Amino acid sequence: MRPPTTAERGLQAALIGSLSLVALACLVPFVLTFTASFTDENVLIANGISFVPELLSTNSYKLLFSDMGRVVSGYKITFAVTILGTALSLLVNALLAYPLAKRTLKYRNVLAFYCFFTMLFSGGIVPWYIITTQYLGLRNSLLALIIPYAANAWYMFLLRNYFKSLPEEIGESAQIDGAGELRIFFQIIMPLSVPALASVTLFISLQYWNDWWLGIMLNEEKSLMPLQLLLREIVSNAIFAQGENATKIIGSERLPTEGIKYAATIITIGPIIFLYPFLQKYFVKGLMVGAVKG
Amino acid sequence: MHVLKELVKNRTLYLMAFPGILLFFLFNYLPMAGVIVAFKRYSFSTGLFGSPWAKPLLGNFQFFFSSDAFWRVTRNTLFLNFSFIFFGTLIALALSILLNEVRFLKVKKTIQSSILLPYFISWIVVGVFAYALFNFDYGLINQGLQLLGIAAKDWYNSYEAWPFIMTFVSIWKTAGYTSIIFLAVLAGIDATYYEAAEIDGAGKWSKIRHITIPHLMPTATILTLLAIGRIMYADFGMFYAIIGENSILYPSADVIDTYVYRTLRKLGDVGMSSAVGLYQSVIGFCLVLVSNKIARKYQDEGSIF
Repeated sequence: MRPPTTAERGLQAALIGSLSLVALACLVPFVLTFTASFTDENVLIANGISFVPELLSTNSYKLLFSDMGRVVSGYKITFAVTILGTALSLLVNALLAYPLAKRTLKYRNVLAFYCFFTMLFSGGIVPWYIITTQYLGLRNSLLALIIPYAANAWYMFLLRNYFKSLPEEIGESAQIDGAGELRIFFQIIMPLSVPALASVTLFISLQYWNDWWLGIMLNEEKSLMPLQLLLREIVSNAIFAQGENATKIIGSERLPTEGIKYAATIITIGPIIFLYPFLQKYFVKGLMVGAVKG
Repeated sequence: MHVLKELVKNRTLYLMAFPGILLFFLFNYLPMAGVIVAFKRYSFSTGLFGSPWAKPLLGNFQFFFSSDAFWRVTRNTLFLNFSFIFFGTLIALALSILLNEVRFLKVKKTIQSSILLPYFISWIVVGVFAYALFNFDYGLINQGLQLLGIAAKDWYNSYEAWPFIMTFVSIWKTAGYTSIIFLAVLAGIDATYYEAAEIDGAGKWSKIRHITIPHLMPTATILTLLAIGRIMYADFGMFYAIIGENSILYPSADVIDTYVYRTLRKLGDVGMSSAVGLYQSVIGFCLVLVSNKIARKYQDEGSIF
């Protein structure tokens, strides 16, 4: 390649400059929330939210952790739902995708349409709510936060398309060697499909981690409140942890009723931010695979 | 007895499919049958199928269609979704084209990571972010306005601003994700196109115009069509987390999904909320069919399926 001319260099600089501004705009709320969570409550309200607070304070976190039990419980529920939900959903969708990818299965098209139709039409949330709570009895339980999302046509088709792209001879030769379908699936197909499984796992786990819809629809019990809903409660009523315990910890200072919102947010997104470099690498890979195929 | 024979022959495969089939039946097909509740006077004791029919049969619908809410939530849902789709696609296209021109791989990757980050967080968190920016007392936007000598505005008390804010938020959260899908398409373009164009003396702009953009159009069209197919469905999480139950903002930011939720959970009106839901489902279904059909025509290899 020939060396870049001055004009090209200028163009690159302008390009990178403007894109960096966009990137910055995407990051600003994260940084702002972080600094706000460490800002003294009086300063926050009097001087306004700021990237460089005049007076730092950890009171927001102290207030948040004064009700440690609920924070820990929120984490536990969210982790349990994410791990169990992802495992279940991956298994259900992969188990369904495999037969549908088989050309030898006579009713695969009927079944595929049966799945596809769930993407076209929905009965709406009211019948769904009545069926789930009244008829299936899924409410106020951990399962209620998991099962309704387990089967997902979108992820199922993603996996089916991947399975379809694997050469069929692999399964056939194993069959000749006497392996059953289950064995072929778990010992041959699944290991070969790690790239697709990895990206679907990511999509599913992100969905469970960030979900609060099942929580507000199907749960009334505080002990089952996932992290996202705990955050929502703190943000919307700000009466979290204002008992004696809180005053004991904070002392006579002003209670950080605003600051706690930002502290709770940081606690909620912490794990995602922490895992982000890893997550986005696989996520982008998955998207690339999907897009090139689609 | 063909069916039985096939089921027995491939029993392992059908058994593998069974859990998924069952879950779709329970959580998708039973609720489809449950739409009859929109024509009933529902009571929890008699249940979905045992409750008496509404009198008149379309009573639940009449009530909704004659209310102010009907026009408000329909207009808001369509208008806001249209705005999200239009501006979201445009910005994502621009981002992917620009990113594709960046020659420094590390810089490109860093920018890409930054603009994708918002996609990973929940709407509740986005709601807090919006609050940090727009709240009256200490929000960043009002501080900025005051710096410029403009009076602070009480955003959460003025509904006119929210179509813009929501569009901005939607772009902020999803444009990075969409642009990466576009970038994947661009990565698949045969480099010889560009080389040939260069030999012919094409400049940067004409390469973008005649090679990059035409390659993006099929994917952009498909994504847009699929989104239009879902234009009757608002993102409940987004609206409920950011607008919540702030009724001052309803004139511009109350959508079908939040309305159904409130009517069901806050008012406990099963009849009307299910009527609104069915109205949404039926129109939504027609739109999905039409948009899928067009999308399929556009791309033979089946629009995804």
